[in-house]
Amino acid sequence: MSTSKANALGHLRICDFTGQLAGAGATRWLAAFGAQVIRIEDPVREGRWDILRTMPPYADERRGVDFGGGFNNHNVEKYGITLNLRTERGRELLGQIVEQSDVVAENFASGVLERLGFGYARLKELRSDIIYVSNCGFGQVGPYSRFKTWGPIVQALSGLTFTSGLPEQPPAGWGFSYMDHTGGSYMAMAILLALLHRGRTGEGQWVDMSCTDAGLTLNGPAILDYTVNGRPMRRPGSPSSNRNEWPPMAPHGIYPARGDDRWIAIACRDDRDWGALASAIGEEAVSADRFATLAGRGAAEEELDELVARWTRTRDDYEAAAALREAGVPASAIARPSERIDECESTRDWGLWPTAEHSKVGRVRVDGLPVHFSETDWKIERGAPCLGEHNDEIFSTLLGLSQVEIDELRGAAVI
Amino acid sequence: MSAPTQSPGALDGVRVVELAHEHGAFGGKLLADMGADVILVEPPGGDRTRSYPPFLDDVPGTERSLYWWHHNTSKRGITLNVDDEGGRDLFRRLAATADVVLECERPGRMAELGLDHPDLTRNKKELIVVSLTPFGRRGPERDEPITDLTLLASGGPVWSCGYDDHSLPPVRGGGNQGYATACHFAVLSVLTALVARQVTGRGQHVDVSMHAAANVTTEMASYHWLVQQGTVQRQTGRHALEQPSLPTQIECADGRHVTTGVPPRRGEEFGRLIEWLDSLALADELPETVFLRMGAERETLDLSKIGTDDEVTAIYAAGREALNLIASRLPAYDFFVGAQSRGMPVGVIYAPEEAFEDEHFRARGFQVEVDHPDLQRSFRYPGAPYAFEKSPWRIARRAPLLSEHTAEVLAELGVTQHNLAALRAGGVI
Repeated sequence: MSTSKANALGHLRICDFTGQLAGAGATRWLAAFGAQVIRIEDPVREGRWDILRTMPPYADERRGVDFGGGFNNHNVEKYGITLNLRTERGRELLGQIVEQSDVVAENFASGVLERLGFGYARLKELRSDIIYVSNCGFGQVGPYSRFKTWGPIVQALSGLTFTSGLPEQPPAGWGFSYMDHTGGSYMAMAILLALLHRGRTGEGQWVDMSCTDAGLTLNGPAILDYTVNGRPMRRPGSPSSNRNEWPPMAPHGIYPARGDDRWIAIACRDDRDWGALASAIGEEAVSADRFATLAGRGAAEEELDELVARWTRTRDDYEAAAALREAGVPASAIARPSERIDECESTRDWGLWPTAEHSKVGRVRVDGLPVHFSETDWKIERGAPCLGEHNDEIFSTLLGLSQVEIDELRGAAVI
Repeated sequence: MSAPTQSPGALDGVRVVELAHEHGAFGGKLLADMGADVILVEPPGGDRTRSYPPFLDDVPGTERSLYWWHHNTSKRGITLNVDDEGGRDLFRRLAATADVVLECERPGRMAELGLDHPDLTRNKKELIVVSLTPFGRRGPERDEPITDLTLLASGGPVWSCGYDDHSLPPVRGGGNQGYATACHFAVLSVLTALVARQVTGRGQHVDVSMHAAANVTTEMASYHWLVQQGTVQRQTGRHALEQPSLPTQIECADGRHVTTGVPPRRGEEFGRLIEWLDSLALADELPETVFLRMGAERETLDLSKIGTDDEVTAIYAAGREALNLIASRLPAYDFFVGAQSRGMPVGVIYAPEEAFEDEHFRARGFQVEVDHPDLQRSFRYPGAPYAFEKSPWRIARRAPLLSEHTAEVLAELGVTQHNLAALRAGGVI
């Protein structure tokens, strides 16, 4: 077995029905480490089940199923084929692909793959040690299993939207589908865990992943505070997510800086950090005895925040944050996308924004991975597949079909 | 699908040595709850997160932190002073029995201690060492101080979160999610390296950056900039976008909030929406009902024509208005179930405890009872993020008491009772 770069998972084939981000994010990780991930899409609906195929942003004036920027970000290094599963021949071909796959991954609404004739029982008939991971909003069992979700709904139900906000304000939530990213991570973990189990025992299995279950596990201490101490998070003044409870810190928050919509995050972990911040602010802060201890600062947090804000309001966000960090205090400007992507040495030196070559769009920068392996690192070079882009390649190399047969399938609208 | 409760977890037989640190604790938990033998190495005085609230009955104490309880389930705990050569020697011997070492020390410290990847793998090429640090081991910022707040501020998530009113500060999501996200990538790395090792027989070093992890989880904020140099703006309760979108989060009759989600776009959905309005006697209150009836006559609405085709725009907006009206007249939960049972994806915004008590999650077995024999009590914990048919997730035991498994684990390394006493007296353990 080769140990060349990006080959950590080079021995694996994934039969991939995932879409959007909660599913596509999972197989994206596997593909970046060399797994052969084959996206299977519906030729009749032109793969539009994945709504990101046609959604902005766009690199230029062209539109259509191959130009959605989100799709192209989430499906790098994958193969794309089309199969019409309403046809007998299409189902036959899928069966042959499943026979040669280690994993079947999907994030349809619950029951959809079953209705297409490829429920877990059928998958096992095709390959006895198949790993089947289904990822849907509420999972395959339970009263809400037929309910529909997308990221913001998962976040709402799992408590994550509520826990993000300021007192006396409605929930702020997350300005992106945090649980699509995170659900994708858990789905990839589930696939890898099942592969490890299979490696040891020879057994495949089904993993029923529910994004809301996964989201709920991210509120552990809050849930224990409720089950152990009977303290609900829904209470006056809570949540106050820019402040810190676990552990308590003060001052701790996001303060206005000079300029339009400029902000600076400051966290004083202890008395030493406060001493350094107080020195920067000057006499008024330094001389206030009631701020000398964490208990005192916590009790006067409103007053303290006003004092800190008076200081930050007249300062440049990046300059003030750098000065505080220099003094040992955790602080950061609230980075805009341009700043953390184009002007940040840490992300540049990490290689965090690789350029992928997309067959139609051309060269485009995409998200990289926040890890580096010393022996079998990831690589992202190939862009997302255009609709059916790899039909000829996969049907000939994997299923052994001739070009004539492939052209006939195309003519008969099977692919 | 019911899981056989006594089957081994997927990581049965995998040993992980975790050098205690708040940044990586959740990662160790995820591995331990899947069956790995995670040996948590604390300094003799205990890890600092033992002092983090909330506490059992609000009384601080080494064994009373619920933060500690949650992040360390299923692990075994030992104490070792790695600043002492005796402690380092024991750490090396322990690592020699492990498949994975997970550490979160500042870059350079493991090498200073002689415990870095090259030291630990000299005689054990199959060992996987994962280093989780704020900015990774490369790059200029690697020694900068961080917290969850400043990491999410510099890494991008905060820019996208907050309110339509930009005089209010942007918001950091709750629950130390910056740490959680970094742990997810650390766990993915451990699992990927283990799968690779099944084939190659070799381990490796993995460098994980918490800051990079935050950066690649902001979805549109990143790829709108990467693809078309667009900058998204934060909005209350919905995705940050380059152009403002209509509000989707509203307050219900009981003062709770819902997200009205994805408005109807298919004819049948408009039909069900009209039926719902009628059943609540609200159809006549909504002037836009006329557009709903037009929507019901179409098969589907071409969303790409919103803004350019007046009729499509009006029908689409009417669906949203109808949902807003209904939501304002019903308790949040009733709105959620009423809409979902009619095939419309909306959500009730729960506090964590409300979700925990909801019948759906109960039915899935999400509530898990964990025994605390030392307290002669058991407590309900959050359960599994995924349901495995054959290699189940489970909490094998509550978080370890300070030094609870030191004698047991060191005995496995051949340390005798006599030596143990000397090590304890010398402050090594």
